[in-house]
Amino acid sequence: MKFLNQAFAVTMLNLRNLPQRAGGSVVAVVGVAAVVLVFAAVLSMAAGFERTMLLAGSDDTAIVLRSGSTAELNSGLSNDQALIVANAPGVMRDGDSPIASAELYVVVDVAKQSTGDDANVPLRGVQPFAFELRHNVKITEGRMFEEGRNELVVGRAAQSEFGGLGVGDEIRFGQTRWTVVGAFEADGSVSESELWTDLRVLQTMYNRGSSVQSVRVRLVSPEAIEELSQALADDPRIDVDVTSEKDYYSSQAKPLSQFIKIVGYPLTILMAIGAVFGALNSMYASVSVRGKEIATLRALGFGPFSVLVSTMVESTLLSLIGGIVGGVLAFALFNGFQVSTLNGASFSQVVFDFAVTPDLLSQGLVAALIIGLIGGFFPAIRAARLPVAQALREL
Amino acid sequence: MAEILAKLEGVSRVYQKGKERVDVLHELDLEIEKGDFLALMGPSGSGKTTLLNLLGGLDKPTAGTVSVGGATLSSMSNSQLSNWRATHVGFIFQFYNLLPVLTARKNVELPLLLTNMSAKERSKRASLALEIVGLADRANHRPRELSGGQEQRVAIARAIVSDPQLLLCDEPTGDLDRSTADEILGLLRSLNADHGKTIIMVTHDAQAANYARRTLHMDKGKLETRATA
Repeated sequence: MKFLNQAFAVTMLNLRNLPQRAGGSVVAVVGVAAVVLVFAAVLSMAAGFERTMLLAGSDDTAIVLRSGSTAELNSGLSNDQALIVANAPGVMRDGDSPIASAELYVVVDVAKQSTGDDANVPLRGVQPFAFELRHNVKITEGRMFEEGRNELVVGRAAQSEFGGLGVGDEIRFGQTRWTVVGAFEADGSVSESELWTDLRVLQTMYNRGSSVQSVRVRLVSPEAIEELSQALADDPRIDVDVTSEKDYYSSQAKPLSQFIKIVGYPLTILMAIGAVFGALNSMYASVSVRGKEIATLRALGFGPFSVLVSTMVESTLLSLIGGIVGGVLAFALFNGFQVSTLNGASFSQVVFDFAVTPDLLSQGLVAALIIGLIGGFFPAIRAARLPVAQALREL
Repeated sequence: MAEILAKLEGVSRVYQKGKERVDVLHELDLEIEKGDFLALMGPSGSGKTTLLNLLGGLDKPTAGTVSVGGATLSSMSNSQLSNWRATHVGFIFQFYNLLPVLTARKNVELPLLLTNMSAKERSKRASLALEIVGLADRANHRPRELSGGQEQRVAIARAIVSDPQLLLCDEPTGDLDRSTADEILGLLRSLNADHGKTIIMVTHDAQAANYARRTLHMDKGKLETRATA
């Protein structure tokens, strides 16, 4: 108890002295803040991308692709095969109709608003149940496209990122001209990066006959995916892979988010090493400035442990302040910041927001804590071992 | 015969500065009686402060034994020495060594934080110590709001607040003008005469030494035979 009282008293004294050492303290705080800022900013890209992809996925919806296909773009199914999938066991029905949407996915060039450069944007041909299959999609402006017409509804993210997609605008893809008749939101999911039209129109315009690339079906329950998979595996007329929509988007998100993490974590570690040296420097300076105080306290009978604790607490506190500053800055500057990037799996642009998540902020604070502990440890040892007689003589 | 409070037997202290060996104290023997007021004089580098540090448990001898109040300091660990210092010795430094962020009262209370005293009791003891040194009305002032003499009085109050038997003063008037120095020295003499404190004072000032009961001279790490009573 005496130890703790001593440690508390010396720590409080030390903290009250902090304003007198503001320069060094600010350096330590800024160093750690920069680490947490960069860490949260870089990884918020991965978090935002993952969130955008995963928001589109549901457990009770399955995507059926040609066997061996890793994405819709390299899949292909005939109209007959699509009908077999839609009518397979495990698929929920609305009266006589299976809740299913056979879909065609093509990539079109649309100019980015920011640079004017063309980017690959997904244009999806869908069937009427497409909206029911995606719980979060709703028309927020204009109206739904009409079947058989060259009309588009566009995702909000695509609308804000790319030019010429305002409701009422006409846009040309190759030789075809389209009218944007509505805009939809999808809770910020990847669907918002897409343009949707009637499946039959898209098949005709792109000479795809009656073929599609995927079939989405609503399952009677998430567990029914086994029944559906087995039924389709047993059917000799068809050779397909069945994946839950959630797993599908998760696998689509993985390559890019992993790449960002592979870049982000080493970058953070490198910066953290720099910040540790900054903290070390600052804390050694602090111990040096506090030499008189430490030597006096030791002469009065305060033990080395209390001096050690006070130095560690100072370092950790400064780092935590830096961590909080960095986290707040990251949140203020980057959270919700919209960008688009090419998703390698689909060869098309995905529009997403940076997401500075609580998890990232916690990780940033843990990193700050570690920097503080390492940065304070050696100076704390030096402070605790300060030869009192010699230190008093040098004052 | 008076009781011996501190005893040094064959004490040597050697410092190593790189490859150079510096003999600061050389086979020193000394006995200090309880209630003594001893002035240590000598040129710079003669070993006065080192001797003071050994008596205060701030340093350990290279050879020999140092005993104070029955405790053999030379065989104690650093941690044991810290505990011993907290209750058995008070230090008074040339530059006062007060903590600038604390008021006079809080500075005086510092050694009491090492005891199990309640906050109320600590405050009461600190007030009493400040009263003894004549600074009761400055209890809530910070060091920068006090004169040099007042700061040294606060430092003396801090040294006596835990009621140690031994007070070690390293050039206590070295930073003060003559008149203030005389006040401080008078206070030390009163602590010795009226409160029974044993005081060992390092000084270069012969007038300061006159306040002591006896003076020992040091040179080149040894006590000279001439001693003034």
